[in-house]
Amino acid sequence: MIEIEGITKRYDETTVVDNVSMVIEPRTIATIVGTSGSGKTTLLRMINRLVEPTSGVIKLDGADNRSLPGYQLRRSIGYAIQGHGLFPHRTVAQNIATVPLLLGWDRDRIKARVDELMTLYQLDPQAYGPRYPHELSGGQQQRVGVARALAAEPNVLLMDEPFGALDPIIRTKAQEDLLAIQKRFGTTIILVTHDMEEAVHLGDKIAVMDAGKLVQYAKPAEILARPASGFVETLVGASERPFRLLSLGHVRDAVEPGGAEGEAIPGDATQRDALAELLWSGRPALPVKGADGRLIGRVTVEGLVKRAARPQ
Amino acid sequence: MTLRFDKLGVVIAVIVAYAAFFASFATFRANRIVPGQARPILEALPPTLGMLLLTIVIVCGIVALLKTPLILRLAASVAALVALTILIGVAGGFLTPAGNTFARIAPASGFWLLIFAFTLLLADVLTRLNLSPWSRVGVLVLAALAIAALLVSGSWDSLSILKEYASRADSFWAEASKHVTLALGSLAGAMIVGIPLGILCHRVEKLRAAVLNVLNIIQTIPSIALFGLLIAPLGWVSVHVPGAAAIGVRGIGTAPAFVALFLYSLLPVVANTVVGLAGVPRAANDAARGMGMTDRQRLFDVEFPLAFPVILTGIRIVLVQNIGLATIAALIGGGGFGVFVFQGVGQTAMDLVLLGALPTVALAFAAAIILDAVIEMTATMRRVGTA
Repeated sequence: MIEIEGITKRYDETTVVDNVSMVIEPRTIATIVGTSGSGKTTLLRMINRLVEPTSGVIKLDGADNRSLPGYQLRRSIGYAIQGHGLFPHRTVAQNIATVPLLLGWDRDRIKARVDELMTLYQLDPQAYGPRYPHELSGGQQQRVGVARALAAEPNVLLMDEPFGALDPIIRTKAQEDLLAIQKRFGTTIILVTHDMEEAVHLGDKIAVMDAGKLVQYAKPAEILARPASGFVETLVGASERPFRLLSLGHVRDAVEPGGAEGEAIPGDATQRDALAELLWSGRPALPVKGADGRLIGRVTVEGLVKRAARPQ
Repeated sequence: MTLRFDKLGVVIAVIVAYAAFFASFATFRANRIVPGQARPILEALPPTLGMLLLTIVIVCGIVALLKTPLILRLAASVAALVALTILIGVAGGFLTPAGNTFARIAPASGFWLLIFAFTLLLADVLTRLNLSPWSRVGVLVLAALAIAALLVSGSWDSLSILKEYASRADSFWAEASKHVTLALGSLAGAMIVGIPLGILCHRVEKLRAAVLNVLNIIQTIPSIALFGLLIAPLGWVSVHVPGAAAIGVRGIGTAPAFVALFLYSLLPVVANTVVGLAGVPRAANDAARGMGMTDRQRLFDVEFPLAFPVILTGIRIVLVQNIGLATIAALIGGGGFGVFVFQGVGQTAMDLVLLGALPTVALAFAAAIILDAVIEMTATMRRVGTA
């Protein structure tokens, strides 16, 4: 659990982060979204004290984050940034081993952990471990960056626009990987992004920041349905709203009894994907199959359109 | 079949043609300071050897002129250089009248031009072969061994420059060691002071401009003026600081030469350290801090290794510059190869000047090749990767 209480950061006369308070529940993902200059990165960097706040307190699992020296605190918190920040003079394996090495783990434990993470990220430890970062593709570099951040099994992972430099296809894959890994390790993740799509997709809760202030902190559906201000509404994008709302729900939650023609859509696809498929193929309904492949009903255009309307 | 010309080969062929037919190969002088008489190749050597050398030079010149395979060009340049270096020694023996110890035979402009032309060809071939750093050092060692073999075999003993050496063999090695000590010692001093100063300048922005400006100004002071400026303060230190005189600190001599070379060395070392550290990727630095490295760990594990090739480039500049500049130290009694240069100038004995100048050039050249190889190796280590 991360408790941010009345955090303010001022540089001379400029207030970059203005009296922000929020609580991030353990084992959840909080996304911080805002335009550039909104103070979202500064807020993130105050959690691991790369930036010291002017006033306010941040508590990690109840303990003030100033109770340890900054560098020791940072070794216990994962940190991944845009453009990965890998060390160009160290191999992939050495890069991932950075924090365990700082913590003084023994060789066998480090090697086992590096191999585990690389396998998890579909990088063969034998083939990729001895390579240098510049020998990898952009997507692979980014995966190594996240693997490095997770190496010392941190409870908390801070991510500053980690997927910002990736092309759309690789980015989608990276987001799915992150969700899978978060589920597996139960890491609490705070992710800064300027992309509302990403914030909605990844966040259990979304914090919207504007000019240093926390404008709204709520579940994605709440943000979409009841934006706290005109700024949040603009950020959500009025024309995108219904589709983002649909993207939050799974097809299996919109199933109606009955059957339909054509190939079945899996129940864990998003309702947005189902609507897109319906509109594109010009059909009024699609069959839905469960995880075991059996048909469990159908989704209809009519039913999905109702779900896309503003919640009352 | 159409003949195609090599661009650099045209230049080389023109130099070779001029040097072989119009310039003199060796100079004969009745003693070491009178003006000499020029001897072209056919007069400087016995007839058969003269014709042989002319043939080799012309054939190799044609190989250079035309577009020919690299391996043939390599063979031509090496063959020509070997023939030239061996036969100049033969010319020395051939031109010296029997029993005459005053006559001096020196290589003349034609010889130097031919050496220059074929060295150019060799350098061009080696560049095009794109040799690995280790092979380049290997070629350097081979060349050094070949020259050493010629010197030891005594085939050059009848040449004027070695006669000058023969009468100064002891002082030559003493001055050589002084020269190297001055150049390397001032470099070591500059590294010990300059690299930490560069790190400090990188961390403290306010200091950077001030330090670099002061070092820039020092760099613009002519060396003789700097020696002059140092006489007073070092003389004062010698008299007033206990023990200073005992370790050799004086207004003139080795101390001011050392201090001057050290001061000239600081700018390249400090500037390259600053530039190297500034070139470390921001993201890598941010990640290093974010993962909990202390400032020290970040400096030694991330910043310094990444900046190292650039710092090494500064050290290369300093070493080559110092080997040349150390010649000036002789002016204020600092010793080194400059001693022979200035004595030779004073006596109008060009052979003596060469005795000081040639080893200096050779040392600087070798230092440049070795450090270039080291720089390339440190830069590629992180790419090829041995870890």
